[in-house]
Amino acid sequence: MRGPNDVGGTPDGPVDPEPHSLTFWEKQIDALRGVIGGKKIVLTDENRRYVEALGDDVYNTLTYYQRWTAALSRQMVDKGILTQDEIDAKVAEIRARLAADGELDVEALAKERL
Amino acid sequence: MSGGDHDHHHHDHDHCEDDHCDDPTHHHGHDHGHAHAPPQPDDRVSSYHQILGIALKELLIEKGVVTPEELRAAIEKRESASPADGAKIVARAWTDPDYRRRLLKDANAAVAEMGVPMTTTHLVAVENSPAVHNVIVCTLCSCYPRELLGLPPAWYKSRAYRARVVREPRAVLAEFGTKLPPDVEVRVHDSTADMRYLVIPRRPAGTEGMSADDLAALVSRDSMIGVATAKAP
Repeated sequence: MRGPNDVGGTPDGPVDPEPHSLTFWEKQIDALRGVIGGKKIVLTDENRRYVEALGDDVYNTLTYYQRWTAALSRQMVDKGILTQDEIDAKVAEIRARLAADGELDVEALAKERL
Repeated sequence: MSGGDHDHHHHDHDHCEDDHCDDPTHHHGHDHGHAHAPPQPDDRVSSYHQILGIALKELLIEKGVVTPEELRAAIEKRESASPADGAKIVARAWTDPDYRRRLLKDANAAVAEMGVPMTTTHLVAVENSPAVHNVIVCTLCSCYPRELLGLPPAWYKSRAYRARVVREPRAVLAEFGTKLPPDVEVRVHDSTADMRYLVIPRRPAGTEGMSADDLAALVSRDSMIGVATAKAP
């Protein structure tokens, strides 16, 4: 059975060749992954395995760097580097901070399915 | 359209030309440094995973797993790597037959020789000829010779490219404006976490006597991925 990432040879639509530049947030996730990989805390194959393990629904709903973020979160918990409680508390803290500064797109967040 | 990738990366990227425009940590993080305009509607954080990413970064810094300096250096490294590095390697291969042989035989050693070391993965250089055209992909994910070409373009990571280029490469190449004669063999190379490829495009006609520096300007990123040919002088 194919994993959600195993798309080679399957049908799809036209390729959009537009060069979308990365947002700073995406660059930070890329850099964070790179630094963690450089320290051999999470290897490239391991990252891919975690992304694959997100499952079809999550994989196909999230954007590329959202998948990396979801995978990184699980890796940090599985490796005992962070706990889920710590992550949840920090997410709540940042959400409150962004909301207080008017930097949260509340409508977009409410529409998110996952 | 079967995949979510495509729709979503539109959603994520189209509104933001300025790379720094939606970075909320820029004003609040440990590594902020300059004044910033008030947030515009599109700058706002619009996804749970974006918040999660900021949370992971802050927690990993607090625990000393990573430092802000390491992250900043990693971002700078990403911003400084560009297809110009790959282009100078291709131009050297076009102008120096011994270097071309070394590149085809042991690409890791040959790129290191040019000051662009690729130490974490195996690199294979594949050369286009009148009879063979090479193109690279990573069907499973997004593996790419970043050291030589910089960060991969969004389309390289898109479901549509990964899915189709292995089944109908000529049709995909045509979408990039590259029409290959039917008698040219197309070879598609699927990259992995441990093995990356560099396409050496054909040297364009009418470039005899050009310097390696001038030739490098004809070598586009897309020609080293294999979805395009080198530019005409």
